[in-house]
Amino acid sequence: MRRGVPWETLAPWLVTIGLFVGWEGACRLFAIPSYVLPPPSLVFSEMWVFREALWKNSLVTLWTTVAGFALAVGFGLVLGIAIGWSRTIYAGLYPVMVGFNAVPKVAVVPILVLWFGIGEIPAILTAFLISFFPIVVNVATGLATLEPELEDVLRALGAKKLDIMLKVGIPRSLPYFFGALKVAITLAFVGSVVSETVAANAGVGHLLLSAQANFEVPLVFGGLVALAVLGIGMYAIFAVLERRMAGWAFRSGMNA
Amino acid sequence: MAFVRLEKTALSYPTRDGEVAALEDADLAVQAGEFTAVVGPSGCGKSTLMRLVTGLRPPTRGHVFVDGREVAGPLKFVGMAFQNATLLPWRTVTQNLLLPLEIVEPHRSKLRREKKAYIEKTEHLLETVGLAGFGAKYPWELSGGMQQRVSLCRALIHEPKLLMLDEPFAALDAFTREELWCVLRDLWEEQRFTVILVTHDLREAVFLADTIHVMSARPGRFLHRHTIDLPRPRDLEICYAPAFVDVVHQLRHQVAGVRR
Repeated sequence: MRRGVPWETLAPWLVTIGLFVGWEGACRLFAIPSYVLPPPSLVFSEMWVFREALWKNSLVTLWTTVAGFALAVGFGLVLGIAIGWSRTIYAGLYPVMVGFNAVPKVAVVPILVLWFGIGEIPAILTAFLISFFPIVVNVATGLATLEPELEDVLRALGAKKLDIMLKVGIPRSLPYFFGALKVAITLAFVGSVVSETVAANAGVGHLLLSAQANFEVPLVFGGLVALAVLGIGMYAIFAVLERRMAGWAFRSGMNA
Repeated sequence: MAFVRLEKTALSYPTRDGEVAALEDADLAVQAGEFTAVVGPSGCGKSTLMRLVTGLRPPTRGHVFVDGREVAGPLKFVGMAFQNATLLPWRTVTQNLLLPLEIVEPHRSKLRREKKAYIEKTEHLLETVGLAGFGAKYPWELSGGMQQRVSLCRALIHEPKLLMLDEPFAALDAFTREELWCVLRDLWEEQRFTVILVTHDLREAVFLADTIHVMSARPGRFLHRHTIDLPRPRDLEICYAPAFVDVVHQLRHQVAGVRR
């Protein structure tokens, strides 16, 4: 292998910087008015000006996202194990779940507001509703794809269903579970922000909406950048966790 | 009395095209400590036999007896190995070998207290199959032949009275396969468990077994029984002895006849 510039490590930085440079260049070159598309330099300076509001609202969004996500993890694990455990439960729940997942969550927010009022609870619940599905599906898949021969080996030793689940099923579905977490956390973000834009008095979604109402277009983009940063951070945390908890799956070629 | 006995055993599966008989009127007797091989054309219900004897599936008709008792539900002591090693990739070799002990009594309740003794036991067993010092490796770090050795060890770690093997060496190359015949031969000479080996490989059957049963095409029946009285312990060289070749030839003829 040729040693030299480590392009693979540099690539994500170069692409990101390139994106912003291109954006800035395009804004200047075509003299786009900043109320249509503000250049990143203006976005960042505006973010600095409103740093306190951004920080406060980001924390709110982070909190509602993580709370909804935590609910989704707990609920998703239980439901996933139940579905992977028994074919009857699977047959009974699957159509309902698919139908449920197909409902746009933005349509559910008004109902949540009706029940719980404007504020954090609808955001938490929207984050939960949007993110539990991939967890359920992945955990159930991990359990369902257990090799029948291995199950025979264990049953011929007198293993109960619970033994098989604890010793084989659940460890086996861990890579699927952690793979799902990465997807679920980003979805949870989408959920809480959607809910905040519809009905909230705090959070980045709310900030976006009020900035837009005040025609503070650079701040709207600033909010989007803040969301992107939060999303990347959360994704990275779960990607690292996945490697640590289920690294064997990467090396043994069993990929979720 | 025979250790494993099938009496007029039949098993049929329901499928989309109606009932399919996998096994019909099968009679079989395997003595304690006997090495039995079952050969036959593909799809003759050999794997069904495995599941019947271990109690993983009840017969549709007839009876299955193991160790003097009629089988009604999974037996709780049988060691099994298959064509795929089916090791758990998140466990080291040693931890994989401990798996049966975490399930089978009385080991299950003693494992925690006597962990050290059990680990020594896994080390001893690994040594007998030529894998001394491989305990801390993960399955994916081993070659196919090594994984199959570990799989054999896992089937034997709890000292089962009955070992069921379903084409355990079918996925290996010819040289590795012959090596593993010798590994299995040595393990059996040492411990004298009862073995039922299902295989397509006629030389494998003759080299290892005391008795060979030839099965018919589906629905499976036991058609012929051969007693292999080649002297033991057998060496790989025996595969070229006229007596060995004769039996293989005869078996081949019978299996080919059944296929038609």
